[in-house]
Amino acid sequence: MTPSRAAFAAILAKDLRAELRTLQSLPAMALFAVTTFVIFRFGLDRTQLSGSLAAGVLWATLLFAAILGINRLFVAEREEGGFDAIRLAPIDRSALFAAKATALVAYLVAVELVVVPVFALFFLDSAAPLPPLALVLLLADLGLAATGTLISSMAVNSRARDLLTPLVLLPLVVPLSIAATGALEPLLAVGGPGYHRFGTWLAVLGLYDLIFLLVGYAVFDFLLED
Amino acid sequence: MTEPAVAVAGLRRDYDERPALGGVDVSLRQGESLLVVGPNGAGKTTLLRILATLLRPSSGEVRVLGAQLPAEAWKVRGRIGLLGHEPLLYRDLSGRENLRFQARLHGLRGEAAEARISELLAAVEMDRRADDRVTELSAGMRQRLAVCRCVLHEPELLLLDEPDSNLDASGRALAGELIGSRSDRTRVLVSHDPERYRREADRTLELGPGGRVAAA
Repeated sequence: MTPSRAAFAAILAKDLRAELRTLQSLPAMALFAVTTFVIFRFGLDRTQLSGSLAAGVLWATLLFAAILGINRLFVAEREEGGFDAIRLAPIDRSALFAAKATALVAYLVAVELVVVPVFALFFLDSAAPLPPLALVLLLADLGLAATGTLISSMAVNSRARDLLTPLVLLPLVVPLSIAATGALEPLLAVGGPGYHRFGTWLAVLGLYDLIFLLVGYAVFDFLLED
Repeated sequence: MTEPAVAVAGLRRDYDERPALGGVDVSLRQGESLLVVGPNGAGKTTLLRILATLLRPSSGEVRVLGAQLPAEAWKVRGRIGLLGHEPLLYRDLSGRENLRFQARLHGLRGEAAEARISELLAAVEMDRRADDRVTELSAGMRQRLAVCRCVLHEPELLLLDEPDSNLDASGRALAGELIGSRSDRTRVLVSHDPERYRREADRTLELGPGGRVAAA
């Protein structure tokens, strides 16, 4: 058996190289998020958002942008025979799950590095909430990547994958969304960031991440069977 | 007496209600070549995919390189080389990058992997185009790379589905050195052109419509 670490590194490096070369997902995700912020700005007719409204606008936008990347996560494996090539290799298939989830976290972080400052520019009066906000988003990204990788690996075999992914994914990420917006709300409160129940929501996010990473690790092998 | 490299008994595979393979029995010793022939839809590719551990049989016994499939599939992954209808190459990576990726999945690294990749690329005369993206290559060049991918990890069993697809005469000759009868590997060959391979096959399995064995 090839060590899982080597297989993980090989698949992750292959995915990141292909994305950097073709830019099939990242620009679309970032452009979608920025366009959505513009629509919210004019749709709500507000130059400043705070509290739950700001948290909702930010999280919903990032979530829908993430779906664009999740939809494409396994397309090369499906259309170019990557699934077969990987299934023929003497590797633990959970390495594929781990590599894909890590690639997705990398995409989400890269997109957030661009679009969260745009959100702050459009809707916030200071950059003070951004450092703790980064911690919340990182934890939320882990959970979203674990769930998204699982759903994407199942949906990619369907011709209706573009429909199937959001339909199955969105109900599964309701707890993640509640925890993420719960943690973001006090950070984006009027008058500067607060930390009311911040630790509790971070713990919920961490628990969600742990559960779905373990579920992914446990069931991914079965999902790759014919 | 050594165990057969491939031993199949009463193998059936159904897709929903439709039978794709109906009761195949075949045995193959190490180093032998089996030619599988039959019309479209006879289940030739299905048989190869089952032997490659990519499909589960609906019923029957399948032993490959001493491992019972599908239960012990993990024992033979990495010991099989599959050359199918698709080259199993990522279009946005170069040929060399694809082979490096495959090498790492099969536990080959460093200078040994680079030397093996260079040797194979030279063997199929693809060394000059090895750094071009696969999407920029012709179908024949992709097939040459697919041959390299198939034998990169020195598999004991080759499963070859129309291995000459898209290859010109020169490509066929070069690929033949790696996957032909002189490669000394156990081979299962699928072809619509049985006459081309009949001479180098030790046995022939003829499948009829619905995967029924017409002659063996």
